Amino acid sequence: MSSNGLVLNAQDVHKRFGRLEVLKGVSLEVSRGEVVCVIGPSGSGKTTFIRCINHLEKIDGGRIEVNGHLIGYRERNGKLIEDTESSIARQRAEIGMVFQRFNLFPHKTALENVIEAPVHVRGVPKQQATREGEALLARVGLAEKRNVYPGKLSGGQQQRVAIARALAMKPTLLLFDEATSALDPEMIGEVLDVMKGLATDFQTTMIVVTHEMGFAREAANRVVMMDDGRIIEEGVPEHFFREPREERTKQFLSKILI
Amino acid sequence: MLAAIDWHILWQRIFHPDHVFLLALWRTIYISVLAQILGVILGLIAALMRMSRIAPLRWLSGLYVLVFRGTPVIVQIFFVYFGANLLFGFTLIPNSVNVGLFSIDGAAFAGITALGINEGAYMREIIRAGIDAVDKGQMEAARSLGMTYRQAMRRIVLPQATRFIVPPLGNEFNNMMKTSSLVFFIGVTELFGDAEIRYSTTFKPVEYFLAVAFWYLVLTSVWSLIQAQIERKLAASERGDELSFRERVFEAWAPVAAWGRGGAR
Repeated sequence: MSSNGLVLNAQDVHKRFGRLEVLKGVSLEVSRGEVVCVIGPSGSGKTTFIRCINHLEKIDGGRIEVNGHLIGYRERNGKLIEDTESSIARQRAEIGMVFQRFNLFPHKTALENVIEAPVHVRGVPKQQATREGEALLARVGLAEKRNVYPGKLSGGQQQRVAIARALAMKPTLLLFDEATSALDPEMIGEVLDVMKGLATDFQTTMIVVTHEMGFAREAANRVVMMDDGRIIEEGVPEHFFREPREERTKQFLSKILI
Repeated sequence: MLAAIDWHILWQRIFHPDHVFLLALWRTIYISVLAQILGVILGLIAALMRMSRIAPLRWLSGLYVLVFRGTPVIVQIFFVYFGANLLFGFTLIPNSVNVGLFSIDGAAFAGITALGINEGAYMREIIRAGIDAVDKGQMEAARSLGMTYRQAMRRIVLPQATRFIVPPLGNEFNNMMKTSSLVFFIGVTELFGDAEIRYSTTFKPVEYFLAVAFWYLVLTSVWSLIQAQIERKLAASERGDELSFRERVFEAWAPVAAWGRGGAR
């Protein structure tokens, strides 16, 4: 199944919180090396959708495959039953995630944050993990901050460490959940630059939930517009931003692009 | 009124404690410490059970707190010490228990067990609150990196919960040192018991109980200092000092090490 080159194959994903149906059948396919930006108003289900991709949220219908492997569930006699904890954990190790609020481990230094999972999940020898971790911190421009605790880093620096931490597991898919929304305006640029570098220099497969239209325009291969739990429009950025098809998209873009 | 106090006894009890007294003091210390350690272990287990996906484990944890927080410690101490023998006709509590460095007599062992079980019920709530106080994003971040629940709890959540748990834990231990006096009622001669025995042979209650109150005050005061020190260390790591724990320990010992080198020369 992974032979068709799809990293993500999500079909008809449904999710409800109590009575509220947040995802009403979302389908999205992402190929290797693609950068997909997901945009849309708040409450449209963007964040919930990417949280379903690494099973931080259980889905109520449809299916999600990453590299051809069903996520979070196991198929038995045509029915989906939830997978065991350890195999879900194994799948999550392949999918990196960067959070809006960074979620760095405050009791560990920048470098310890980065090598934590390679050492304790993958069993990489500490020396090797440290070498690779230092290289990753250098890549996000924070080599000299290796022994600094998150509390002493700016928001932008914390988010760059968080990106290095996600990369340390060599994920085949990287998810960004509004990674710049909690940052002071002057720090957004440094994080976006790192993300652009990943997209252009390293061909990392990325799904980016964002409000940064500049980033979408420059770095995305495809832009996806969500509204009210559905994907209502998608396209390459050049077309998408110049001549959106849907009225709702035009409306949204006119508000966000002043 | 004050003239009625035999100041000599008070002076002796405070400044020239005899070895019988010192043994009693030592009993109070080890009973409190061991009971508190048992309480933390049981509290942690019960807190994790309470958060379990398996319903019967949650119920058991709830029942534990209901029973042991809802009945008097002294009753629990009596039950542990006499209960098994009376109910089932066998001796649950051996005559003496070896804990490696020293041995504890059976009554003290029963006391430690009962105090520890009782304490666990209170510690469960403290530990649960500490775990709840850690940002939910920490668990999510850990699991998004491929950690299992157990790994994430042990390596990421519990270390951070510690700083919320330590201040109330210090209070609990302060309480424990005083509550441990109840084990006198199953025949353990600890601090309070020692005072009780002296008073019953001399009929000088004021002197002996004033002296014992003083010694409890010494214990709790020393503990307050230790607790403040621990909390200061935790606050330092919270501020994100750029020294690792190892480096901080090294720094603390550096003057000693320097002195050692100087002496060698």
